[in-house]
Amino acid sequence: MSVAADRPRSPARRDGGRTLASHFVGYAVLIFFALVFLYPFVIQLANAFKSEPDAAANPLAPLPDPVTTAAFTRIFEGTGFPRWVGNSLVVTTVVTAGRVFLDSLAGYALARLHFRGRAAVTGAVVAVMAVPGVVLLIPKFLVLNQLGIYNSYTALILPVIVDAAGVFIMRQFFVSVPVSVEEAARIDGAGVFRTFWSVVLPMARPALITLTILSFQGSWNEFPHTLVAVQSPELFTLPRGVADLVSGSLGAGSQYPLKLGAALLATIPVAVIFLVFQRHFVRGAAEGASKE
Amino acid sequence: MSGSRRRGGIRGNEAVAGWLFVAPVVVILGLFLLLPILMALWVSLSGWNGQGSPFRADVPFVGADNYTRLFTQDGLARENFMTSIRNNAYYVLLVVPAQTVLALGLALVVNRRVLRGRSFFRTAFYFPSVTSSVAISVMFLFLFANTGAVNSLLSVFGLDGPQWFADPRGLLHLSLSGLGLVDLAHPPAALTDGGLLGLSWWEWLSGPSVAMSTIIILVVWTTSGTFMLMFLAALQDVPVQLEEASLIDGAGPWQRLRYVTLPLLKPTMFLVITLGLISTWQVFDQIYVMSQGNPAKTTLTPAYLSYRTAFKDFEYGSGAAISFVLFLLIVVLTLVQRWVMRDRDRVPRTRARLLPTRTRRS
Repeated sequence: MSVAADRPRSPARRDGGRTLASHFVGYAVLIFFALVFLYPFVIQLANAFKSEPDAAANPLAPLPDPVTTAAFTRIFEGTGFPRWVGNSLVVTTVVTAGRVFLDSLAGYALARLHFRGRAAVTGAVVAVMAVPGVVLLIPKFLVLNQLGIYNSYTALILPVIVDAAGVFIMRQFFVSVPVSVEEAARIDGAGVFRTFWSVVLPMARPALITLTILSFQGSWNEFPHTLVAVQSPELFTLPRGVADLVSGSLGAGSQYPLKLGAALLATIPVAVIFLVFQRHFVRGAAEGASKE
Repeated sequence: MSGSRRRGGIRGNEAVAGWLFVAPVVVILGLFLLLPILMALWVSLSGWNGQGSPFRADVPFVGADNYTRLFTQDGLARENFMTSIRNNAYYVLLVVPAQTVLALGLALVVNRRVLRGRSFFRTAFYFPSVTSSVAISVMFLFLFANTGAVNSLLSVFGLDGPQWFADPRGLLHLSLSGLGLVDLAHPPAALTDGGLLGLSWWEWLSGPSVAMSTIIILVVWTTSGTFMLMFLAALQDVPVQLEEASLIDGAGPWQRLRYVTLPLLKPTMFLVITLGLISTWQVFDQIYVMSQGNPAKTTLTPAYLSYRTAFKDFEYGSGAAISFVLFLLIVVLTLVQRWVMRDRDRVPRTRARLLPTRTRRS
C-alpha cells in the first residue's frame, strides 16, 4: 500500500491490517456523511418532478414515477415566482455592485490614506460587524418608515448596499499589498481616486472576486431584511416569496412538489457559483475565521 | 515626514480623499444602523402601537415598563419571553456541541493525507452552508413531514415517526417518562407547584420539543460545513514533524489526537464554540419558515418573539425591549469571544517557539 511506502519507518507497517481497516472505516464514515449532506438535495430535486400523490407515497425515491413538470408549470403560472426572480436579480445586482465598489473604496482608505479619524472609523467598522442582524429588524423598520421609503426598492437595497465585513476584508487585503506601485503612480501625478481606480483595483482582483461572490450569495439569500423593508407581493424577492408560499398562501402540509421546486430554483444560482468559484467561498470562510 | 511642500500637499489631498472614500459607508451605516438603534431604544421605552410616527408628543413614555414586564411582572409577556429563553437555551445546548463535534470529526477525517477525493467530500459537506436558509427550511419541512422522507426511512426499520412539527412534547420530559420516573399526564407536584420567573420547574425542565429538534437537526446539518473548514484550515497548520515525532514515539492514533492535535486546535475550538453561541442565539429564518413558534410555543425564540410582538401584535415597545435584551446577551458573548481570541495572535509564535524543542526532544 502506498501509505506504508510513504512512512516506511512508522509503526504502521507492524499493523498494516489495522491501517487498512482504519482506511475502510474512514471512507465508510465519509460516504455516510456525504449521503447525509447530499441526499436531501437529491430528494428535493426528485420530488419537485413528482406528482403530489407520488411525493406523499414515495418521498425517498430518487426517481419520480411518473415524471411530471406540473409543479414547475404552476410555479411559473400560478405564483408570483417570475416577478420574485426579477426582483431578486435587480436587488442582487445593485447590492453586489454597490458593495464591491463602496466596500473597496472604504477599505482602501482605511488601509492606505492618512486622515484624521481613520482609527475611529476602523474601530466603528469592527464594532458594527458584531451587531447581530436579527436585533436590527425593528430598528430598521422604524427608520425606513420614518424616512418614508418603507415598501420600496430603495428599502430593499439602500440599507444593505454596504457591509462592514466587506469593508474589513478589503482593508485587510490592502494592508497586505506592498505600497510601492501606488507611490510610483502618485509621484507621477495621478490623483488619489485615479490611483485607486486604475492602479490599485486591478491589483486587488482576487479580493474583489471573493467580495463579489460573498456579496452575491449574501444578497441572493437575504431573507429577514425583506420582512421589514417591504410588504407588497410585487416587491418580494425570491426568499421572501418562497417563504410566503410555505407559511402563507399555500398552507402547510400540501403541494410539496411545488414548494420544493421553487426552493430548488432559488438554490440553483448560488449552487452554480459555488461549484465554479469554490475556493473563494473557502477563502471567505477562512477570512471569516480570522477577522473575528 | 519629509517636510517638503509637495509631500504635505499629497497628504492634504489624502485627508479629503480619505473622508470622501469612507463617506458612503459611514453615512449608510450611520443612517441604517446607528440611528435606528437609537430610535429603537426610544421606542422600547414607549408604548407606541405602530400608528403614525413614534416621535410625536402623544406617544406615551412608559419608562422601563417594557423591560420589567419581561422579568418581574407576572403575565403573558414574561411567560412568552421566558418560554422563548428556555427554548433557545435548549437549542443552544444541543446545537453548539453537536455542530462542533461533527465539524471537528469531519475535518479530521477529510484531512487525512492518504485520502482520495478530499475536495469532493469537502465540497459535499460545505455545500449546505452556502444555500438559502429559506430554501433549506422548505426542504426540511418536506423531509420531516408526516408522510416525508424521515418517517418513511424510519418505517423501513419498523418505527413509527412522530408528527414532527405538531409535537410539542419535550425530549427531556419524554426521556424521564421513558425511564418511568414521571407520568406525563400527572407531572410531580413538587415540580409543577414551584417555579422561577413565571414558568414552573416542570416547564423549565421540558427539554427541546420534538418540533424544535427538527430545527436543531437542520441547523447542525447546515452549519457544520463552515466550521469544518475552520478546523481544516487549522489542521493544515499543524506541523508535519510534530505528527511524525509522535508516531516515532509510538503514540497511537487516539493518543496523537488527544495529546498533539487537539491541544493545537484549542484556539479554533474556542472560535467555533463562541461563533456557535453567538449565532445560535439569533435563530430566526428557520423558525419563521418552519414553525412560527408553534406547536404550543415550543419553538418560540427571543428573535422570533421580538419580531412577532412588534409586527403581529403591534406592541413595538415590547418587541424592541426583547431585541435589546437579546442584543445585550449577544454583545456579551461577542466580547467574551474577542477577549479569548486576543490570545490567538500569540499562538503561532508560541507554536513556533515550542516546535524546535519538541522535535529535538524526539
